[in-house]
Amino acid sequence: MPKRDYSLLGPDGARAVETGLAAAEWYHSEVPRKVMKDLMQRSDAPAIRDTLLLYGTMLVSVTIAIWLWPSWASAPFWLVYGTLYGSASDSRWHECSHGTAFKTPWMNNAVYQIASFMIMRNSATWRWSHARHHTDTYIVGRDPEIAVMRPPELAKLVLNFFGVIDVIRFFPNLVYNALLGPNPEERTFVPQTEWGKVQRVAIIHLSIYAATVALAFWMGSILPLMVIGLPRMYGAWHHVMTGLLQHGGLADNVVDHRLNSRTVYMNPISRFIYWNMNYHVEHHMFPMVPFHALPKLHEAIRHDLPAPNRSIAEGFREMWPAFRRQLAYEDYFLKRELPPTARPYREEFHAISPGTPAPAAPAPNALPAE
Amino acid sequence: MTWTAACTTDDIDPEDLIRWDHAGQSFALYHSPEGAFYATAGHCTHENVHLCDGLVMGHLVECPKHNGQFDYRTGEAKRLPACEALRIYPVKVEAGQVWVDLP
Ligand code: FES
Repeated sequence: MPKRDYSLLGPDGARAVETGLAAAEWYHSEVPRKVMKDLMQRSDAPAIRDTLLLYGTMLVSVTIAIWLWPSWASAPFWLVYGTLYGSASDSRWHECSHGTAFKTPWMNNAVYQIASFMIMRNSATWRWSHARHHTDTYIVGRDPEIAVMRPPELAKLVLNFFGVIDVIRFFPNLVYNALLGPNPEERTFVPQTEWGKVQRVAIIHLSIYAATVALAFWMGSILPLMVIGLPRMYGAWHHVMTGLLQHGGLADNVVDHRLNSRTVYMNPISRFIYWNMNYHVEHHMFPMVPFHALPKLHEAIRHDLPAPNRSIAEGFREMWPAFRRQLAYEDYFLKRELPPTARPYREEFHAISPGTPAPAAPAPNALPAE
Repeated sequence: MTWTAACTTDDIDPEDLIRWDHAGQSFALYHSPEGAFYATAGHCTHENVHLCDGLVMGHLVECPKHNGQFDYRTGEAKRLPACEALRIYPVKVEAGQVWVDLP
């Protein structure tokens, strides 16, 4: 079996396009239009409440942490601030990039820009990378957001709980983007009209980091970096923990989110930090449903979905051994079982792997055969 | 140009859309909150996804795949990742029947 090539410029991506696995039509559970319209309705109230709570808690915790600095008594406050900065920013970036968090567009955009900075993602690039992630979820060579490539590099995964790999990758690319715009891989999914924006955002982010480092030198203290930059490392653990569960150990190169995504029941604090993205199968099937309506969507379609994992720990107990098996045999994956009430999988999608042809997608603009 | 009967006014709820397939092409028909009717190409200009499962909010239609938005009265793309305008078609209503003018 050939090795997977995750490069967006490599042969697996080209083969996915040739065979119609890229930009294919994905499975959706049936939801009556009236129910779906209700679920999709936008509202500012839940996101305003959560945003005030988020930024308020960050402000209070960082103020106390600075006040207690450099005593070890400041550590719990840094942990709270860092987790919200380095993890809650991931879910805010995500929901606001979909434009579903708030009803009012400028509120989505403002929180999106702030969250993109905190999570160290170029707001202009990542909007497009995430669109591709939704078009080609876990299609090898097409999806730029595959968190765990096979065979998994477990040491890197563990390091990333402290943001190490992400941050090491981020800064050289930030400088590249600031000087030259998107890199060659990014140019495969960011339209040319947006390349200038990628560069402008990179220059702004770079300037803020440069000012923070300069302030740290001037003060002779890492305190400014504890507030800006480093929380992306010491607070990354929660978003990495929840992010791995999204697709980890499940099938790739399939066009049914029930096969490649995971819904996990979580405690209320994790759900606040993660903004309900624990309903991940539901989110991928219906990205127009805002975070606050995902529990209702889950109830509406759960008869058609694999049983969710009942906790974060249970999710890891299932996923981690699968990663270990993939070390020896990278084609191994966890096959999801459906309840008897579900519409069946198209079994041929289980058989798809790199090097094997996928069922062809309909030609653009053609009416589907009924 | 040919006026073609597409649906009745009752077929589309206010502030909603339906899919209409005709002569090998697919369209989206809209009923605005003030009671006017509009027609656009059925598929999003970003990728080949039909807008019929999308959400109508005022005069905007949001694509169900990546949440790109269009003004369905003018076809103008209003939110990324939609960049290119949707094709629009003239519509008239006569005796409860919605007619679309097809090229
Ligand atoms: S397919 Fe419509 S916004 Fe992407």
